[in-house]
Amino acid sequence: MTLAYLTSSAFASQLINLCAAILLLLGFAMLAQRRVLSLINLFMMQGLVLCTSTLIVAITTHQPHLYWSAGLTFLLKVLALPYILHRLIRRLSVKWDIETLLNIPTTMLIGIFLVIIAFNVAQPISLLSGTITRATIGIALACVLLSFLMMITRSKAVPQVIAFLAMENALFFAATSATYGMPMVVELGIALDVLVGMVILAVFFFQIREQFDSLDIRHMEKVHEE
Amino acid sequence: MNAYAILAQLLELATALVMAPILVGWVNQCRAWMQNRSAPPLLQTYYTLNKLFHKEVLLAHNASSLFHSAPYIIFSCMALAAAIVPTLSTDLIFSPAADAIALVGLFALARVFIALAGMDVGTAFGTLGARREMLIGFLAEPALLMVFFTASLISQSTSLSTIVETLAHKEIAIYPSLAFAGVAFTMVSLAENARVPVDNPTTHLELTMIHEAMILEYSGRHLALIEWAAALKLFAYSCLGIALFFPFGIPEASDPLSLTLAAIILVVKLAIGGFLLALIETLSAKMRIFRAPEFLGTAFLLAVLAMLVHLLLRA
Repeated sequence: MTLAYLTSSAFASQLINLCAAILLLLGFAMLAQRRVLSLINLFMMQGLVLCTSTLIVAITTHQPHLYWSAGLTFLLKVLALPYILHRLIRRLSVKWDIETLLNIPTTMLIGIFLVIIAFNVAQPISLLSGTITRATIGIALACVLLSFLMMITRSKAVPQVIAFLAMENALFFAATSATYGMPMVVELGIALDVLVGMVILAVFFFQIREQFDSLDIRHMEKVHEE
Repeated sequence: MNAYAILAQLLELATALVMAPILVGWVNQCRAWMQNRSAPPLLQTYYTLNKLFHKEVLLAHNASSLFHSAPYIIFSCMALAAAIVPTLSTDLIFSPAADAIALVGLFALARVFIALAGMDVGTAFGTLGARREMLIGFLAEPALLMVFFTASLISQSTSLSTIVETLAHKEIAIYPSLAFAGVAFTMVSLAENARVPVDNPTTHLELTMIHEAMILEYSGRHLALIEWAAALKLFAYSCLGIALFFPFGIPEASDPLSLTLAAIILVVKLAIGGFLLALIETLSAKMRIFRAPEFLGTAFLLAVLAMLVHLLLRA
């Protein structure tokens, strides 16, 4: 294996494919996870993989703004958000098992079907794209759908928020793989949105718990205007 | 087809028979070290086998001929399975005849006989163990097949020798699908070899045992053969893992020099593999038997994902 091969785009696209596969694996791991604490750690790993793949795309395609977005991903999704979430679950003391609405094996089977759908839908789209990462669009779409599924099947507020953040990760990955990323302004805007959204949701958690003594969002269906 | 292919085949069989108990001893030793116990000697399995071969065989009154013959069948199945897996060379006389699917069939045959033998005497434990074994088996088998299919899709063949040749000797490429398949294979082999998250090989606690429950009625040379077959199964699975996921260093030719080199590499890989197995066993707790379907369902899912990812990323 020579140095020329290591820096060639063929090798880089293989590395990106590997990152995409790991993202999908982490998506399923999050879907199967019962504990909030491990869920946050998985989310952090997802951010790290995302950062790595963005960095690889940046190095191979020499797009300066992708370096920035990789750095932003690292700061926000590997350091800041997991830290906030860790603090949050400590203050709310909700490290215990998550109640799922469907049992885990059924959820996983539905997940497989979603992956098949996503792969089929993405096939024509990826033919239109000319980037070195086009094969991963299907995986990115599958990750988005898996995060959706996780939001649907979880009844507690914290896992739902983590699923929402994971979906944002997957969308970001889709953007990088389809078009080498969005313009810098858009990316900065989204990053800020996620951060602010996280803070607002954290305030919501406390409000929900104060109101209902639980983080189960099913209670919110019973709320009426007085 | 030449004399060397026959030599390599025989040598491989001999290696499997000799190395399998040592591998089990090595795993036990690593496990003991990690759990702060004083370790048994490396050759402990040999001492046990030797002791059992010299002991008298005690049989239940109502044991049928199936009960007598099962240990021999199981042992020959496992010996053949260990001989099919290419470890020292891919140039073997068995390789055109037996492919990955035949290998799964061999494992299934051994499983059917050990389960029948467990039920034969009619004790409660034997039946319980046999039922659990079949539960694990019917969940693990499709996952194992899917792992093989993923490797076959990459190399366009179900023959193990061709798979190893394709993976080891082509230009270096990263196959993400193999990463998925590797995780699935690890989970399947833990379940199939009665290792910790699914079954505990060292305990005789009624409520948790699976493999040990089936062989409670065996003694003497029958028990020795079954223990040896279990060691061979672990060896075959370890070698399969090496052949599918870390095939580097398995030569295509079978001249004496490359065979020697391959044997050294194999020992090193097995030592690392055994250490990792002991690590997994130490770090994880045994799960409830009703969690096993979920565990193996996940393995199946990962293996299917591996195939899907391969089909998507091939373009």
